[in-house]
Amino acid sequence: MAVAEPVGPTATGGAPAIKTRALTKRYGEFTAVDKLDLSVRHGEVFGLLGPNGAGKTTTILMLLGLSEPTSGSARVLDLDPARNPIAVKRRVGYLPDAVGFYGGMTGRQNLRYTARLNGIAKKEAEDHIDELLERVGLTNAANSKVETYSRGMKQRLGLADVMVKRPSIVILDEPTTAIDPAGVEDVLALIRELARGGAAVLLASHLLHQVQQICDEVGIFVSGKLIASGAMDKLSSTLGTGSIEIEVAAPPPAENVRAAASKVSGVTSVEKDPRDPKMWVVRAKRDVRTDLARALVEAGHPPYHLRRRGDELDEIYRRYFADYAAEAAEAAEGAA
Amino acid sequence: MTSQSVSLTATGATVRGRKRKNIRPEQGSVTPPAKAQSAPRDTRPAGIPAGWRVIAAKEFADHVSSIRFLVLTLILTLAAAAAVYSAAGGLRALAPSVSGAQSLFLGLFFYQPEGTSVPTFVYFTALLGPVLGIAFGFDGVNGERSEGTLPRLVSQPIHRDDVINGKFVAGLAAIAVIFMAMVAVVGAIGVLQLGILPGLEEVVRLLVWIVLAVVYVGLWLAVALLCSVVFRRAATSALVSIAAWLVLTLFAPLLVGVAADVISPQGGETLPELIANETTRRNLSFISPSQLFTESTRAMLDPSLKTFDVTAYLQLQFEERALPSVLSLDQSLLVVWPQFVGLVALTSGAFALAYVSFMRQEVRA
Repeated sequence: MAVAEPVGPTATGGAPAIKTRALTKRYGEFTAVDKLDLSVRHGEVFGLLGPNGAGKTTTILMLLGLSEPTSGSARVLDLDPARNPIAVKRRVGYLPDAVGFYGGMTGRQNLRYTARLNGIAKKEAEDHIDELLERVGLTNAANSKVETYSRGMKQRLGLADVMVKRPSIVILDEPTTAIDPAGVEDVLALIRELARGGAAVLLASHLLHQVQQICDEVGIFVSGKLIASGAMDKLSSTLGTGSIEIEVAAPPPAENVRAAASKVSGVTSVEKDPRDPKMWVVRAKRDVRTDLARALVEAGHPPYHLRRRGDELDEIYRRYFADYAAEAAEAAEGAA
Repeated sequence: MTSQSVSLTATGATVRGRKRKNIRPEQGSVTPPAKAQSAPRDTRPAGIPAGWRVIAAKEFADHVSSIRFLVLTLILTLAAAAAVYSAAGGLRALAPSVSGAQSLFLGLFFYQPEGTSVPTFVYFTALLGPVLGIAFGFDGVNGERSEGTLPRLVSQPIHRDDVINGKFVAGLAAIAVIFMAMVAVVGAIGVLQLGILPGLEEVVRLLVWIVLAVVYVGLWLAVALLCSVVFRRAATSALVSIAAWLVLTLFAPLLVGVAADVISPQGGETLPELIANETTRRNLSFISPSQLFTESTRAMLDPSLKTFDVTAYLQLQFEERALPSVLSLDQSLLVVWPQFVGLVALTSGAFALAYVSFMRQEVRA
C-alpha cells in the first residue's frame, strides 16, 4: 500500500547514511554537542531522544552544513556537510522544529516553491506534489491558504515538503510537538512509511513515548552527550533496572488479589497504587502479564484492567527527562 | 568630446558592475553541479535557475500582490498626478515664451509654477521614495524568522546568501516597476495636458532618472533589510529604518550646515569665505542620500543646469556666451557622475552590511 520513494543507489549500500565521529560544537564556554558518535543506516528510523536543550537541533544543523562543527567530523551520504552543503542539502530533507510556511500562499504553492528551490522541473514537480498531498491527506486543503491550517495540518504539509526533493535522508526535528493525538498518529505512520521506502530517518524528539514506537534504534542524548544508543530492547540492559511494572485491577477482596498475584513466578512485589486505591502495581523481572492474568482468573478474580505500565523507557524518562516532563505537563495545561 | 565619451563608458561600466555584484551568487550556485556529479542522484537538470532567482521571483510576486504595494502605488500616483497637473498648468502658461526649448516636457517632473503650493514630482519622489524601500525590506529576514520559514528555506540546496540577494533584487525590481508605472502615468498626463510628445533624448533622460531613483530607494531597501537582520521584531525594524530615514533626510542638511560653518567659517562674508563654506557644505552633504538624489535628479531632468560647483558656476557666469544654453545628455551625465557614484557607494555599502550581518547570524534564533 505504501508508495515507495525512489531511492538512490547509495541507499542500498552498506555504508551508513549518517556517520559522525567525535562531533563537537562549542559556543564559547558552553559545549552544546560533546564528542558525538552517531550512525544511521538507510531504511532505519533512528530516534535521537533527549530533553529540550540537549543539543539535538545543533547536531542537525551541523549535519546539514548550516552550522560549522568546532571539532570532529560528520559524513552525510559520504559527503562532508561543512564543505559541500549544497550537495548534502539536495538529498537531505529537513523538517525543522515548529516548521513554518508562507501563510499567504496555499499549501500547494508552498510545495511548489520548495520544488523550484530544488530545481525540479515544473511538470515532474506538479505530479509529485499531487501525490504527496494525497499521501499526507491534504488534497482537499491543498488550495487553501496555509494560514487557515491547523498545527497538525502544517506538520503534515511539512512532511510533504520534506519529500518534495525525494530525499535519501530525512531529518525531523520534534515532528510531533504541539499537535493533537490523532495528528501524532498520522505523522508517525507517515514517518514509518518513509523509512520503509528506503530513506534513512533521523528523528529528534523530547517526547519519548510518542516516538519510541516507530524507532528502530534510539540514542539517548542528554546535555550534548549520547549516553546510550541501540535497539530499544537492548537499552534496558544498559540503562534500565530490568524491572517492569504492570497495573492491574480486579474485583475485591483485595487481599486475595494480592496473594494470587504474588504467587506468579517472576513477580517481585505487589503494592497498592498510591494514586488509585483500586489499582495494584505489580513489579516483575519480566513481562508476566499472561501468567498474571491466568493466575487471577484461576483465583476467581478475573482482572478487568491489566496494563503494562511503560517499559525501560519510562525508567530512562524518569531518570533524565523528569524535570522536563513536569515542564511539559505545565505547558500542556496552560495550552488547554 | 573625448571627456564626454569617457564619462559615458564609465557610466556603462558601473551599471554593469552593479549587475555583476548581483549575479555573482548565481555563479556560485551554478558551480556545485560539478561537485554534485559525484552524487548519484541529481534532480537538477543543467541550466536550472539559481537559488537567488527563485527567491527573487517569489518575493517579487509577493511584493506586487501585497496590500502595501497597492497602497504605496496609490499614494505615490496620486501625489505624482497632483504635482504634474500643477506643473503642466504652469508650463502651459509659460510655453509661448519658451517655445523651442527642448526640456519643456521634462519640466513636468520638476517645474513648480510660481505661487502654487503643490510640490513637484521629484520632490515627492525624494521624500516618499525611502518609504517604498523600507516597506519592501523591513520584514525581509525577521519575517521569515517569525513565520518559521527561514530554517526550511536555508535547508534547501541553495547558498545562504541567495536569501538576502534574492530579497534585495526582488525589492529593487518592485521599486523599478512602481517608478516606471509612475513615470508612464505622469508622462501620459503631461502629453494630454501639454499636447507635446517627449523626444528620444527626453525619454532616455527619464530612464536614467529611473535608474537613479531605484538606486536611491535601493539604499533604503538595503537599510531596511539590515534592520530586518539585526532586529527580531518587524515593528522594531520598521521604526529604526524610519528613524534613520528621518535623521538623514530632515536633520542631515541642518547638521551639515553647522559642520560647514565650523570647518570653514564665513564670518567675514567675503567671497572666498563664502565659496569655501559652500564647497565644504556641498562636500559634507554627500553623506545625505536625499541631497545626492535631488541634485542628480535636477541635473538629469533639467538640461539647463550645468554644474553644482560654486566656483565652476561663477566661472560659467562669466563665460556664458561660450556655452550652449542647454547641455546634451552625455554632458548632463558628466555633471551627475559624482552624485551617481556617491549613491551607488552608499547603497552598496548598506547592502554589504546587511549581507555580512545575515551571513554571520546563526540560523536558529
